[in-house]
Amino acid sequence: MTLSVAIKKRLGAFGLDLDFEAPDGVTALFGRSGAGKTSLVHAIAGLMRPDAGRIALNGDLLFDAERRRDLPVHRRRLGYVFQESRLFPHLNVRQNLLYGRRARHLRGEGDLAHVTELLGLGPLLDRRPGALSGGEAQRVAIGRALLSEPRMLLMDEPLAALDAPRKGEILPYLERLRAETGLPILYVSHNLSEVARLATHLVVLEGGRVLKSGPIGALLSDPDLVSVMGLREAGAVLTARVAGHEADGLTTLEAAGGRLYLPRIEAAPGSELRVRILAQDVIVATEPPRGISALNVLPATVKAIRRGEGPGMVAQLDLGGDTILARVTQRSAEALGLVPGRACYAVMKTVAVAPADVGQGLRG
Amino acid sequence: MESLGPEAWEAVRLSLKVAFWATLVALPPGLAVAYLLARGRFPGHGLLNGLVHLPLILPPVVTGYLLLLSFGRQGWLGAPLEAVFGISLAFRWTGAALAAGIMAFPLLVRAIRLAIEAVDPGLEEAAATLGASRARVFATVTLPLILPGVIAGAVLAFAKAMGEFGATITFVSNIPGQTQTVPTAIYAFLQVPGGEGAAMTLVVISIALSLGALFVSEWLARRVARRVAGR
Repeated sequence: MTLSVAIKKRLGAFGLDLDFEAPDGVTALFGRSGAGKTSLVHAIAGLMRPDAGRIALNGDLLFDAERRRDLPVHRRRLGYVFQESRLFPHLNVRQNLLYGRRARHLRGEGDLAHVTELLGLGPLLDRRPGALSGGEAQRVAIGRALLSEPRMLLMDEPLAALDAPRKGEILPYLERLRAETGLPILYVSHNLSEVARLATHLVVLEGGRVLKSGPIGALLSDPDLVSVMGLREAGAVLTARVAGHEADGLTTLEAAGGRLYLPRIEAAPGSELRVRILAQDVIVATEPPRGISALNVLPATVKAIRRGEGPGMVAQLDLGGDTILARVTQRSAEALGLVPGRACYAVMKTVAVAPADVGQGLRG
Repeated sequence: MESLGPEAWEAVRLSLKVAFWATLVALPPGLAVAYLLARGRFPGHGLLNGLVHLPLILPPVVTGYLLLLSFGRQGWLGAPLEAVFGISLAFRWTGAALAAGIMAFPLLVRAIRLAIEAVDPGLEEAAATLGASRARVFATVTLPLILPGVIAGAVLAFAKAMGEFGATITFVSNIPGQTQTVPTAIYAFLQVPGGEGAAMTLVVISIALSLGALFVSEWLARRVARRVAGR
């Protein structure tokens, strides 16, 4: 399933001019507010009509300005999860979940039992939306979209209206969705931590244009994108396997570049995880440091180094095949002679990795 | 107060009948116009809005006279209506219902329009993304959510239709048993010596009916509001 988009739209002083493809998996649309993310998703869903261009899903035209094709919203078969849950207040949870089936004249309850289990909705079925918490309502909204049997799921900042604990409550459900349904998802977010956990593919928007798109690993470890991602947010994703849990509360992970120690992670030994390492949490040393509290010291090679605005630089490090970023000062980079090809050590504090930055691997 | 003669009872019965039909017939176009005004963007939006509100602003006697010109036996609408369908409105209770319906229309549209504007368009968008056509969205999302407003509007329109005087007496006159409603009957009783007693009884009945309608609408609206609030 491939979504291909090439559209233009004038919105007052602002213009959208977008061209990209979203392959199978979870494609994250990332950009600061005002980058045009929501307008783009509106155009795909049919809630906004572009001035020019075309939108196609697997060759099926949803919109084509030249051929004057504009499939109405209700016939596009795209599930849409909005920022606010938008549950129908006069219907209970079960009726909300089944709304799309009735509207599309689908028989029976479909995957109701499976979706209820997948999203943990069992105890909520007979409740009214007014009696749900924000997180519960958003899970119902996701289930409602799934049950309408869409060809693709559009999620527009589905967690943005929730507080951190509620986000943490929903993220594992989204990971299960990715693993179990195989439904292609377009996921809009300005939160890199969510993007790093969920996405397989990334499209970076800036000022109504596509700045770059590609596989998530390559883009998150691209030093040229650090300023767009935000200096304090930028960070690459390592794939690692759980080796075991230690008695002192640490979890040992096996990554391509060596062993990593993280605060205890609730995952069975052998399972694959994605760990986001923030660029600002990585220290670069040219000799193996001794007498240091940081537990994670991995041999690395400098792949590239970029100068930013101000006194900082971003080094791209190779860790046995994985790539991470490290923010250092120009002064340090010069003193240590950090140039491409330089062997060094990446030093990472165990406790610097937040639980929200550890997610399920793509193969579970 | 004195007991009512058959003439007065006839006025009460006729008023209820006229108001009932006026409200019922005004409801579907009222819903359509309210939806257009609330959600539609088209040239002539302001003109339609003005037209709908005209009966509220015009002297009722003017509205009645315009109705007479249009729907009278020789009127540009009345003549073909009678010739083709055999429908005659002038000086008949159906004409009273038409006059009452037109006078009540702005109130009905206003209440429903406010209710529609209070519905989050986001819910209608969500329904569309789930596969619901425009008509289905209206029937399954918009309509249930605006029901309290529709009921409130209908009760208001009913009360207005019960009390309509000026347009009615101009258009269909004041014929006992045919077009004499409670307000025109009160007026007629007050024109004859010794009619005050009967008039007073009708006044009391008027007040009782109006209060009753208000209570019923309040109760209905509260019930429906609770249901649509999602609790």
